[in-house]
Amino acid sequence: MTTPGTGSGAGAGTGIGDGTGTVTRAEVCVVACAEAWRGDGEVLAATAGTVPMLGARLARLTFSPRLLLTDGEAMLLSTPEDPASAEGWLPYRKHLSVAARGKRHMMMGASQLDRYGNQNISCIGDWARPVRQLLGARGAPSNTVNHPVSYWVPRHSPRVFVPRVDMVSGVGHDRAAEAGGAAARFHGLRRVVTDLAVLDFATPDHRMRLASVHPGVTVAQVREQTGFELVVPDQVPVTREPTPEELRLLRGVLDRQGTRDREVRG
Amino acid sequence: MTVGIGGWGARRKPMALVRALLRTDVTDLTVVSCGGPDVGLLAAAGRIRKLVAPFVTLDSVPLEPHFRAAREAGALQFEEWDESMFLWGLTAAAHRLPFMPVRGGLGSDIPRRNPRLRTVTSPYEDGEELLAAPALTLDVALVHMNRADVRGNGQSLGPDPYFDDLFTEAAERAYLSCEQVVERFTGPPQSLLVQRQNVTGVLHTPRGAHFTSCAPDYARDEAFQRAYVRAAGEPDAWREFEARFLTGDEAAYQRAVEAHCAREGAAR
Repeated sequence: MTTPGTGSGAGAGTGIGDGTGTVTRAEVCVVACAEAWRGDGEVLAATAGTVPMLGARLARLTFSPRLLLTDGEAMLLSTPEDPASAEGWLPYRKHLSVAARGKRHMMMGASQLDRYGNQNISCIGDWARPVRQLLGARGAPSNTVNHPVSYWVPRHSPRVFVPRVDMVSGVGHDRAAEAGGAAARFHGLRRVVTDLAVLDFATPDHRMRLASVHPGVTVAQVREQTGFELVVPDQVPVTREPTPEELRLLRGVLDRQGTRDREVRG
Repeated sequence: MTVGIGGWGARRKPMALVRALLRTDVTDLTVVSCGGPDVGLLAAAGRIRKLVAPFVTLDSVPLEPHFRAAREAGALQFEEWDESMFLWGLTAAAHRLPFMPVRGGLGSDIPRRNPRLRTVTSPYEDGEELLAAPALTLDVALVHMNRADVRGNGQSLGPDPYFDDLFTEAAERAYLSCEQVVERFTGPPQSLLVQRQNVTGVLHTPRGAHFTSCAPDYARDEAFQRAYVRAAGEPDAWREFEARFLTGDEAAYQRAVEAHCAREGAAR
């Protein structure tokens, strides 16, 4: 639901802003993203995409208060409720230093992901002559060998979850282990949040595992939308719903305009 | 010739200098850039032999249409770098070193797609084997600043200096365009980013970063960028865009943009 972003009374009486009303899939996703940063201390929660950005801000306002957040450009936010507030300067070059130092947990996007968490944002098809050129590797190679990385996939499908990525931009568990030494030293993928489920790598050989399905989603649906065989435990929990306080913060403070719903269907 | 282009994506790109380059017959370029529409325009004109970049993006439009088309047509060589490798490659060149060690790139397909990349082993007890990011030494660097003086000192007043000082330090010759030429600088000393010993020439090009952003002087011209993307999607539309905006000099470009905005504004 979209409500005007001005006025404290926006959405009054509709459940928006007071933490009541039906929980949307996007809201479940925001909280599942926020959970990626639980237990992280004083590290930069870097994000790509609206839902992870809201998740990082929500985590900071609730269970991970020491997180550092950016305004998406060169400033560190002092209070996530106020995008104009700054507690520090983090231009591009400093951002790379924070990453190299490991004081960062980034949630990136992925055009392709495989069962070991190798990620591709470079191109689709043969790298030498791609069918579809995408962004380029950006900082994915260095992020994945320097600090914790998670992924956000707004549309869980076999086009994204593929047996083998066309170009390894972000390093997966098998490739980090194979390269060994300096590549594996600080490597650690945490979780993958999609519009259907939460996935992680908590298996002996770090293959991707179904950690939970979102309310209303079945295990079969996730399997059907995944292009490789997922590790599926006997009991698959349901992703937790936002608490009333989280809903209040999300709807009434962080995202009064409902931008989260533009990134997640349903 | 190897040309390094400052700015980042669709932010503070020396677009007037890129347009000037398009008016020459210089071609067969190796372009080194955190790519945006600078790469797009040069690729559309067939001027790039090889591109060295960690990404090409228009920010608010994630994918650059001309770069995409050039890659998909196999029209340019692409040396795909990781961002941290790129930083240290420029730094190595600025320090006259052959390489800098870097972790980023290890284990990924970056070294597999780029056979000239080598690793280097630490001579100390850790014995770590790291990537040796080769020096990104440039023949020419092009950067755009908010303010400059006639001697070649450049001031960046926006929130992010990007790598512009490094580009000028990594280059044999550097050309600095600016929004305003000043006799004396005001503002914090930290904003005096580019130094005259690294600059060959200064050009006064008001709105010279258009249509990219040049904070705090102006924001990205999102409407014009969308028009650029639309035109890039179709050969006839692109020929028309070129004829309207890219056949005259810089003053003609700025006049054509103004006329375009006035017309579009009226239509809105």
